[in-house]
Amino acid sequence: MRKVVNALHAKGVIGMNTRNIRYIGRYNDRRLYPLVDDKLQTKLLATEHGVITPALIGTVRSQFEVRHIAKMVAECPGFVIKPAKGSSGKGILVIERVEGDEYVKPSGTRISRKDVERHLSNILSGLYSLGGSPDAALIETLINFDERFADYTHEGVPDIRVIVFKGYPVMSMMRLSTAASDGKANLHQGAVGVGLDIGSGMAVRAVQFDRPCSVHPDTGREVASLKIPDWETLLHLSSACYEMSGLGYFGADLALDRDLGPMLLELNARPGLAIQMANGEGLKGRLDLVEAQPEGRSVQERVAFSVHHFARNTQPSLVGALTPA
Amino acid sequence: MARLPFYLIVGALLLAGIALSMHRHIAYEVPWTPGERRLVWEVEAQVNLLAQGEPVRVDLALPSNQPGFRLQSEHTASSGYGLSFGETDGARRAHWSIRSAHGPQQLYYTAQILVAPSEQGVAVPPPEIPSEVLWDSPYEIAAYNIVERAWRRSADPFSFARALVRDVSGEHQDENARLLLTQFSEATLFVRLLNQAGIAAREVSGLLLEDGRRRQHLTTWIEVFDDERSILIDPISGAEDKPDNLLLWQRAAGPVLEVQGGTKSNVTFAMLRHSQPANTILHDQTTDSTLLNFSIHSLPLEEQALFMTILLIPIGALMVVILRILIGIKTSGTFMPVLIALAFIQTSLTTGLIGFLLVVVVGLVIRSYLSHLNLLLVARVSAVIITVIGIISVFSVMSWRFGLNAGLTITFFPMIILSWTIERMSILWEEEGPKEVLIQGGGSLLTAVIAYLAMTNPWIRHITFNFLGVQLILMALILMIGNYTGYRLLELWRFKPLAER
Repeated sequence: MRKVVNALHAKGVIGMNTRNIRYIGRYNDRRLYPLVDDKLQTKLLATEHGVITPALIGTVRSQFEVRHIAKMVAECPGFVIKPAKGSSGKGILVIERVEGDEYVKPSGTRISRKDVERHLSNILSGLYSLGGSPDAALIETLINFDERFADYTHEGVPDIRVIVFKGYPVMSMMRLSTAASDGKANLHQGAVGVGLDIGSGMAVRAVQFDRPCSVHPDTGREVASLKIPDWETLLHLSSACYEMSGLGYFGADLALDRDLGPMLLELNARPGLAIQMANGEGLKGRLDLVEAQPEGRSVQERVAFSVHHFARNTQPSLVGALTPA
Repeated sequence: MARLPFYLIVGALLLAGIALSMHRHIAYEVPWTPGERRLVWEVEAQVNLLAQGEPVRVDLALPSNQPGFRLQSEHTASSGYGLSFGETDGARRAHWSIRSAHGPQQLYYTAQILVAPSEQGVAVPPPEIPSEVLWDSPYEIAAYNIVERAWRRSADPFSFARALVRDVSGEHQDENARLLLTQFSEATLFVRLLNQAGIAAREVSGLLLEDGRRRQHLTTWIEVFDDERSILIDPISGAEDKPDNLLLWQRAAGPVLEVQGGTKSNVTFAMLRHSQPANTILHDQTTDSTLLNFSIHSLPLEEQALFMTILLIPIGALMVVILRILIGIKTSGTFMPVLIALAFIQTSLTTGLIGFLLVVVVGLVIRSYLSHLNLLLVARVSAVIITVIGIISVFSVMSWRFGLNAGLTITFFPMIILSWTIERMSILWEEEGPKEVLIQGGGSLLTAVIAYLAMTNPWIRHITFNFLGVQLILMALILMIGNYTGYRLLELWRFKPLAER
């Protein structure tokens, strides 16, 4: 056991307790939490700061509005219902298309309008919100799925998580939904996490249920070939969320739209640690490096710093591993 | 970051907690372990006299707290007699009286005396030295010679007393001493000779405690003073050390027993040794409750029972903190396991576990139907509460019918908490599947069982109940764990692939 602890320390792997005390507790001002815990506020703030997010179709704030949902989404081919204060993907309902009175989920499951209304009313009564407080529901347009990723995912839209520390993107991964995760991009539910090289946006390593894997379990596609287009834009977008939210340590969840490019889905003030598994590397070394940097750099400077220092091929230990291929 | 104040607070809490506990242990002799037993002597004094048909007054000296012994309780048995207690200068006396009595009379006095090595006892002031000790003419010379001889061979009051013992009853006994002993008893002679030399001294009566002895008599000892200090000397043997089993029955000058209106009076003693659990002794010591002796034992019994449970909750909380922060076990609802553990205390573990599983499983089945009804959350949880009460009632009645009384204790479960547990687990099932329900439900149950085991441990119960300072120590521990930034035990397994690369 002592050996494992030492090895993890040497790798700079941080645990929950370190994350909570050393980073979240120290760099995230409690008073800023509502901005990210309430997706509606995040969205308004993002619009203010020119950060692109999926278009808002409407909001449902009270039980009597629930009945208007059919009318509200009449114009849209597909939509997503999210609880404004939901955490870790809870209560998100994705409807790909509407056929008459039936709503089709990406998995092909059909649900009735009653089911959608019940889901909305559950959201309003606070079932998915932190502490069970009354909530509102957001209805957003469905992101236009970039076809290049079709082979890498099962049903759901893959999203990209970037850990941003003091405005510097330090680590990132893509989350691919699987049959096991029921189309959701949540690692603890069985989604595949693919570590992405901060320097290039290329796949580094992949894990499912915290254990390494090389192919997508449902599509059989090799994940090593994954490369994110528009990588620089994506890094700029996530880095800009620092000025927008004021949080020192957060996870930015982004998705790639076919036409509009990277979009911010939500910010997470308590991002999980599975990203270390997906990258096969601890966060500590990068966080320490960023902590030593002076304040007041621009988004461009910060992204350039991250690309330069956190790119995989600059690390000698990995150069050797890459050349034989 | 300035962590100094934090460590100061933790240190202060620890110190205060330990100091308070030590104080309780040392000053009030609360033992560290529940099984510890204390030695108690039950001493009975029996006064016999022959009444003459006249008013009778009996006056008996009584023991009081003294170094090594503490008076715990006392009783008297004396049919028809009026009784009162009096106390002057640390000397306690019982007064019996009756208008008329005939024939043999027996009066009883019983005391429970605790062996308490730390007891200091009531201070009895030294007696006054009489200004002049009067002797009849032939004895005056003899007394003068003895004092003169002992005085030359001594340096202070104590060595003088020792020399005197040797001269009067020891190996150096001469004709002066033999002459004086025809007139006085050893004890009386000693006090007179000491007084003649200007040394304060008095006769005291002691009882040698030996298990199962009956018809014992008091022995006389001489207490010799040098200012405030004093020693006890046996006037016959000259032995100087006070035996551990010597209980001083009467520590002031004067007779042990005084009787008016009766003849052939005497007092005899019987004694019995037994050991008592320390806890029952604590109950008897509620009289002196100063601020430092801040103890739950000063509360009425009913409130004590309530507090016993309340004081255990921090132990449960500590278990949750350890299991979540140091081990990394997931639970459904942070402190729900503590409440479940409290219910287990009432129901016993097996009954509690079976009852809990039954209620939750049946509740989940019914809840899955409720989820189709499209109800608002508050109404749905309320419906679950009523369902839980229904389940509990049905189980109680059924187990009663089958003759299982244990089933009735299921009513101790916190129903609102159970309802929320069912609601959360049901959502968890829908959202993340049965595996997560098993992980969190199992984690909660495991935590509850560990908290239960900790909270029912006799030693922990004894410590938390008798040492309030322990609460401060618990607080300090929890604060320290709250500052822990190392890996959780289960994270080692989780991150293991990273360590192996």
